[in-house]
Amino acid sequence: MKRLILYSVPLIFFFLLGVFLWQGLDKNPQELPSALVGKPLPEFELDGLLQDGTIDRNQLLGQPFLLNVWATWCPSCAEEHEYLNQLASQGVKIVGMNYKDELEKARLWLSTYGDPYQVNFVDDKGEYAIDLGVYGAPETFFIDSEGIIRYRHVGVVNDLSWRQGLKSQYDQLK
Amino acid sequence: MNYLRRCLFLTLLLCLYTQALFAVIEVYEFEEEQQHQQYERLIDELRCPKCQNQNIADSNAPLAKDLRQKVHEQILDGKSHEEIVQYMVDRYGDFVTYRPPLRPVTYLLWFGPFVGVFLVLGILVWRTRRMARVAQQALTQEEEAALAHLLSQNSTKDPIE
Repeated sequence: MKRLILYSVPLIFFFLLGVFLWQGLDKNPQELPSALVGKPLPEFELDGLLQDGTIDRNQLLGQPFLLNVWATWCPSCAEEHEYLNQLASQGVKIVGMNYKDELEKARLWLSTYGDPYQVNFVDDKGEYAIDLGVYGAPETFFIDSEGIIRYRHVGVVNDLSWRQGLKSQYDQLK
Repeated sequence: MNYLRRCLFLTLLLCLYTQALFAVIEVYEFEEEQQHQQYERLIDELRCPKCQNQNIADSNAPLAKDLRQKVHEQILDGKSHEEIVQYMVDRYGDFVTYRPPLRPVTYLLWFGPFVGVFLVLGILVWRTRRMARVAQQALTQEEEAALAHLLSQNSTKDPIE
């Protein structure tokens, strides 16, 4: 009996380890939880990309929107761009933040591939990106009409990721 | 010969000194030496969110560079170590520090290793005590006889069969 208990210890240990490693299989270690979920979008006032003058936080509020962090140097941004165009045509409000990019290239990009953004502002030094906790592009923040960040998606927005959770996040925004 | 040996020793010693090779390129000016030390300590302790397992001192990712700049700026502004760490945690979460705060979710992280060591030590002590107790017990006459019998049987046998 005692022997049985003794022998089962490695077995139990093995199972615990197995469960622990198994649930890690589906996780993406690159994906970090955002520290800003549930918090208001930080204040900012930055230059517009296509229009003259600056854009600030208050101008964006009033209706739920996606804040998409993008750049022309980012290959995944090219990948998701067409899908963003589609979402915009379905009436989703998307605001762009051009992140540490060359402005001429960024403008050319929008005129070539289409412009899904209601408005675009420029964070060329990456300062506001730090306030947002951005650690790569693309990142998409889901922001409600009061300016509270409800969700942050790291990586490409496409048909699959939209159907697998992003749409329901968007629909929950008020 | 002695000279050669010394050279070899120095070369080996240099191999151990790898830190500087990974050090970052840009140079920041500080007003006081104490600020410089604070900077070194912070960039050593803050983790680069973009890279999976590097601090912002070792990483050459653009984001790590931006964060080093932010740290420098704030040190010049007179911010304390804790204030700067808090600034980063507010934006990037606990991931950003290699010294995670003590709270219920991190108990396992902080205390797990100690619990493990004490558990193993406890088992070790318990086992050695038991062994000592068994060793102290004298054999009965019957057991002595059985032991002598076994030993004599064994010695008559060819050790290599």
